[in-house]
Amino acid sequence: MHKLYTFLKYTFITLWTVFIVAPFLWAISTSFKDFQSVNSKVTYIPWLDFEPTLEGWRVLVKSPARGGVDIVEPYFNSIFVTCTASLISIILGTLAAYALSRFTFKAGFVRNNDITFFFISQRIMPPIVLSIPFFIFLSTIGLLDSLLGLVVVYIVLLMPIAVWIMVDFFNRVPKELDETALIDGCNPYQAFYKVVLPNSIPGLIVAGMFCIIFGWIDFFFAFILTFTEVQLLPVKVVALNSSITPWWSLSASALISVAPLIIVAFVVERYLSKGNLSGALK
Amino acid sequence: MNLIGKNITYKPDTQFHLNDVSFDFKKGNLYTILGRTLSGKTTFLKTIAGLLNPDTGELFFEDKDFSKIPVWERNVAMVYQQFINYPHLNVYENIIFPLKQRKLSEEQIKMDVEDALKTVGLVGFENRKIQELSGGQQQRVALARSLAKKAKILLLDEPLVNLDYKLREQLREEFKRIFSEGLSQDTILIYSTTDPQEVMELNGEVIVLHEGKVLQKGDAKEIFENPKNLKVAEISNDPPMNILTGSKSSDKLTFENISINLPAYLKDLKSQNYYFGIRASEIKLDKEGEEFEIELAEISGSETLLHLKKGNSKVIALIEEVMNFKIHEKVKVKFNENKFYVFNNNEELVSSPYGSHNG
Repeated sequence: MHKLYTFLKYTFITLWTVFIVAPFLWAISTSFKDFQSVNSKVTYIPWLDFEPTLEGWRVLVKSPARGGVDIVEPYFNSIFVTCTASLISIILGTLAAYALSRFTFKAGFVRNNDITFFFISQRIMPPIVLSIPFFIFLSTIGLLDSLLGLVVVYIVLLMPIAVWIMVDFFNRVPKELDETALIDGCNPYQAFYKVVLPNSIPGLIVAGMFCIIFGWIDFFFAFILTFTEVQLLPVKVVALNSSITPWWSLSASALISVAPLIIVAFVVERYLSKGNLSGALK
Repeated sequence: MNLIGKNITYKPDTQFHLNDVSFDFKKGNLYTILGRTLSGKTTFLKTIAGLLNPDTGELFFEDKDFSKIPVWERNVAMVYQQFINYPHLNVYENIIFPLKQRKLSEEQIKMDVEDALKTVGLVGFENRKIQELSGGQQQRVALARSLAKKAKILLLDEPLVNLDYKLREQLREEFKRIFSEGLSQDTILIYSTTDPQEVMELNGEVIVLHEGKVLQKGDAKEIFENPKNLKVAEISNDPPMNILTGSKSSDKLTFENISINLPAYLKDLKSQNYYFGIRASEIKLDKEGEEFEIELAEISGSETLLHLKKGNSKVIALIEEVMNFKIHEKVKVKFNENKFYVFNNNEELVSSPYGSHNG
């Protein structure tokens, strides 16, 4: 029985690994192909099936004047916008979440839960509903087609995620922990950053990870709110497509698009297994 | 120089958490607050700590209006029933946390922490993580942190309730030692519990709290011998004191279908109906006694609790050994007729086996 279980377990894990890894292998091998090796016949193995070429990668860094699509600048734009917006969202979202978790707000019929729902409801709306207001808003304040404008919009998109995750997290941090900090001589701000925050690192990491992922993969707003001055990676990647689908450079750009997220995932995984709250409450 | 509360009331919703509570706590004394779950014990302590603001009432400490001083400047210490420590810090860092907040000198901190660790018996555990400790050890860390602060008011909110039976017994013994050795004479110690046994052992001034109201104040002996009313009698005994309705005649006490010879100390009592209270430990197995049916038999530690029934009369008897009984089995028990407490129809004590009574 036990052996059968182990066998099934490893079979499943193997199949699942193949399922996850195969597209990556496919993309890696495709990124080194040229038109001929993609379109003539089915090929998998470099040097044996086809002659590898760096053309797919080269296109990505060549200036448009020389027949390439320069994605270096959009790449760094994307990193800048995603990181800045995520950081600000996490800071504001964490403060908001702490307040929602610990203090009682009353304004007419509005209570804490209503405020929390208000934040989350920003994500329930389909993004297209927001597109026109955002467009008008940014053009009014003169931030259309600029990095700063994108950062502002992304904060609106990402902060609800941070609030949502952190409210839930803070609700699970025992209130007695804050109270003990107050009794031990911390004022409320010190209690927050000396006691609550250090114990919330797992929550902050999860929230940060979600913010980065959702910021990084957004195409819709990056597409609508930028034209020529500023471009973000997802838009530029789509722009690669022409009458002939360039599978090789699409694969290459897909790989470098996903690379930061893989790095984030590895870093996060290490921290997540470290911290836990089990010592605070039995 | 005392901690004085006047008419403190706290009613956050429809129920009173504290209902017109007044007290005068003197330095160097131990006060125990006895009450059931939700009786307002935690609210009481949190009000003193400053974590809650009562709706009405006044709180003074050392002749200053305490309610104007925020929690973090009050110099109180509190141990919770949950084992609250800072999970991101190790044992040593946990204990120095409040001392660092108060900006004490390095040497002072070191000495205070060593003392505290010695008192709670955790020397050698300085670098352990909180998560690596057992429940009892975690509670010791919390206690050490509170002791090291040398706070003028030390609040302990059911500190033993989440520990297992054996550890509770052991720590209870140690607490008695710590309270007599480890505390300076100008500390006010306030200890809340649901367990009458703890109250008796700690032997301080007792405040019996029920639904936010102070039912009785007095030393442990006073509460034990002269519970002011039925409620106090129930709360201050575990298992709760058995209450039987019955009547007193010239030579007998009669409960529904049981009659007992009138004990001498009840001779002068007016003949009428009363509530009669008797502790579970005063009901003994006895072949000459009344026949009861066993509804439930629980073994707890080295004792057996028998839930007995005869007609409509239900009592709990405490047998001081481990015995196995079958449910619905018939046993004969005898009530110790010299240990009846008598309460009138207003549920107030009129006669106690220990003499003095207020009726």
